[in-house]
Amino acid sequence: MPSIVKPSVTHPGLERNALGLSIRDYEGGMSTLCAGCGHDSVTAAITHALWESDTPPHMIAKLSGIGCSAKTAAYFARGAHGFNGCHGRMPPIATGASAANRDLLCIGISGDGDSLSIGLGHLAHLVRRNVRMVYVIENNGVYGLTKGQFSASADVGSTTKRGEANHLQPIDPIFLGLSVGATFLARGFSGDKRQLVPIFRAAMAHRGLSIIDVISPCVTFNDHEGSTKSYLFTRQHDVQMTVTDFVPPAEEISATIPSEGVVSIPMHDGATLRFRTVPDGYDPTNRMAVMEHLMSARGRGEIVTGLLYIDEQSSGLHELGNTTEAPLTQVPYEELCPGSAALAGVGFR
Amino acid sequence: MAEQRVAQTRSKVNDFALKLANVNGTGSSSANNLLMRAIFRMGVPVSGKNLFPSNIQGLPTWYEIRVNKDGHVARAREYDLMVAMNGQTYVRDIAEVTSGGFTMYDSSWPLDRDLIREDVTYLGVPLAEMCNDEFRGPRERILMKNIACAGALVAMLGIDMEVIKQLLTEQFAGKERLRESNQRALRLGHDYATSHFDHPLPCRIEAMEATHGSILIDGNTAAALGCVYAGATVAAWYPITPSTSLMDAFAKYCAKFRRDPETGRNNYLVLQAEDELAAIGMVLGASWAGARAFTSTSGPGISLMQELLGMGYYAEIPAVVFDVQRVGPSTGMPTRVQQADILACAYASHGDTKHILLFPAHPAECFEMAATAFDLAERFQTPVFVLSDLDIGMNDWVSPALTWDDSYVPDRGRVLDAAELRELEVYHRYEPADAESVAARTLPGVSELGAYFTRGSGHTIEGGYTEYPEEYQAVLDRLARKHTSAAEHTPAPLVDERAHSPFAIVTLGSCELAVLEAIELLAERDVIADYMRIRGFPFGAGVRAFLESHETIVVVEQNRDGQLRTLLTLETPVSKEKLRSVLAYGGYPLSAEDVVDGVTKILET
Repeated sequence: MPSIVKPSVTHPGLERNALGLSIRDYEGGMSTLCAGCGHDSVTAAITHALWESDTPPHMIAKLSGIGCSAKTAAYFARGAHGFNGCHGRMPPIATGASAANRDLLCIGISGDGDSLSIGLGHLAHLVRRNVRMVYVIENNGVYGLTKGQFSASADVGSTTKRGEANHLQPIDPIFLGLSVGATFLARGFSGDKRQLVPIFRAAMAHRGLSIIDVISPCVTFNDHEGSTKSYLFTRQHDVQMTVTDFVPPAEEISATIPSEGVVSIPMHDGATLRFRTVPDGYDPTNRMAVMEHLMSARGRGEIVTGLLYIDEQSSGLHELGNTTEAPLTQVPYEELCPGSAALAGVGFR
Repeated sequence: MAEQRVAQTRSKVNDFALKLANVNGTGSSSANNLLMRAIFRMGVPVSGKNLFPSNIQGLPTWYEIRVNKDGHVARAREYDLMVAMNGQTYVRDIAEVTSGGFTMYDSSWPLDRDLIREDVTYLGVPLAEMCNDEFRGPRERILMKNIACAGALVAMLGIDMEVIKQLLTEQFAGKERLRESNQRALRLGHDYATSHFDHPLPCRIEAMEATHGSILIDGNTAAALGCVYAGATVAAWYPITPSTSLMDAFAKYCAKFRRDPETGRNNYLVLQAEDELAAIGMVLGASWAGARAFTSTSGPGISLMQELLGMGYYAEIPAVVFDVQRVGPSTGMPTRVQQADILACAYASHGDTKHILLFPAHPAECFEMAATAFDLAERFQTPVFVLSDLDIGMNDWVSPALTWDDSYVPDRGRVLDAAELRELEVYHRYEPADAESVAARTLPGVSELGAYFTRGSGHTIEGGYTEYPEEYQAVLDRLARKHTSAAEHTPAPLVDERAHSPFAIVTLGSCELAVLEAIELLAERDVIADYMRIRGFPFGAGVRAFLESHETIVVVEQNRDGQLRTLLTLETPVSKEKLRSVLAYGGYPLSAEDVVDGVTKILET
């Protein structure tokens, strides 16, 4: 089964970004996922956000683990290097890549099995290190490639296709993130690209780790009645807790983005996050308040979406490591080797 | 005080072994180091081996010092002088004293009658009593007891007190009060010994010039420096005995040598990972992005890294792994030495995999082989293991001063830059391959033209996904050819065939000193052996030729199953029957006597 190359035809009338690139230039290989898979909509939203953000494709590093989600990394930004690692191990690989070259925009694509079971430990530590990357969890509550076992995000009472119910408590990556010091937490629904694109753009501008948990239904194994991760269930229970606009640095406010918001958060690179709607008393920079809102929403059976928490103050991997401004890969060898003379003081004499 | 007899007739000047039995956590190591360093300063070849427990306080710990004017400083099995300071281990310790030897003990308490051996002279020094009178507070009294003991040894071994004074001055520069109390404690022990015993003992030190130009250094420190010199910028690790001090040293030297003087910013990043799986993942990620990256670990870490090591092999990503071997299997004995990870590293991971291994024998080689490891990892785009061990890594060795060739240029392997990519019609990750079966790689962040998708799943020579047999095999077969090409780039074996003997001893790593001494001892018994120390895998032509040209070969190594022997029989044409094993795997460093006994037994049968 060879990989499928996507025909690349660019309509001359397609809109160009600041680099003169059209959205086609941010696409990748043809998807081999099931028709209707939520993941393909996530791909479309990421592609759009990358194009809008004027990111040079070669400065993107796409990383993934193993599973249906992992394939997604091949379906966007063909001009970027990709790394399809081992199951659950993408966070450390991304940490290493970002450590070596801090200028890379790392985009990690993971799933609920990859991130919340086999790689849960790595995810928690990735959060603690606040590595600059966009970390997307395509969350469908099941293992697709091995044919429909529950994952760790399956809700209690949710059933498999054959009607067996899950009795184990789910792991929610947003709660996990809040508890281990995440600096950017959002949840989206693959069926709502309008909400996802500004979230991805904000995530790309964030200087630390951003986790975007995207409910992305599995049409083959988890889209039936009784599933709490189906298209229908998600549509019925999706409550957009916050609606956020991403205002790039020095960009004129376009007509589609209202100038007034409930809360405005300046981002590190000069952009602004404008929270258009948030519930009464909701402060997306207050960990405790966010935790309370999410807890009570969970009690009401709501699937809360939106950019839920942001912290633009905390230091990232390279700030904490006090590393040189240039990527470590670009420091010339002559500056790295102390030379023979420095050996004079080595060892006990 | 037991009566002192001079039972030893043979001269033991600059030729003896001494063992200090202590309780760990009582500060004995600074006294031990003081003695070892003083002997080194007096120009006499010496080794100091720390046999310590996997424990913070309260369990037995030993320090063994061997002095030998001819440089034979592998571990001794018997001791001319035992310093028995730990009641828990008296019975074992006194049993290890050579007949006619000496035991020094703390005579503040009476010695059990059962411990008295007729053929051993007992030197009782009331260390606790003296230190209780002289010092205040339990901590200082315990610490100074060790120093007072060192003082008594200085007297009995004929160590130059001026050398000791100088060492204390250096050690406690700027800490005058500490220097003074150490000096006082030393004097206590020294004066007691000189006024109560005939001194020095027959086993004693006389100044030589044999350590001139040498340094004392441990292998982990040397390996860490090697990584600094090789240009490593990203290091990822999870703490594990006995490799921890390697990364500690790397961080220390980086803080010294890798901080930009103008900006104060670091030209390195050390990542303490959540586990070894993460550590090797970080190394692969960083190497993939173009940095020289490494990890240091030990056996259990190697076990955890298996899956990603296979990915590094198959997706062709450089990585350098220092495995400071300890006793396995499982947790094993974390503070004891073995060479038992040879096969686990040679064939690490599931599926058909083979890796490049380097086998340093001493700290200077740890330093040199660091750069070799990075060069090979990047040239052959694959993980490379440096198999050190606890004895090399954690003990101080007398080593030639480290040297560095300033004309060294790192071999970064085949990496295409943006200009080279523009000249290509199309770039494929795994073709075309060069004469060594290596294809050019590209780095992220350089050019869209070099973009490819790194994967551990089945892939074509173009780098695309495949499940077709012929496409999969094309890549896998090239990897086998690539591994073979590396054979002529791994360090050549060290060979001594001056004896032209049909009989040979083959060994690796930290066995070297014991084996070289054993060859001399065997020669005294008319057993003449040629010698080869293997330094790398895959094995090159030098290894094959040596095996072919000898009739009987004994392979000496420190594991139960003869792992080097197995690797030789699998990876060279040598017949199984020709290779015999001498194995030591109890966890203590190898002794020449272990080798002599093993060889003798084999030759008798």
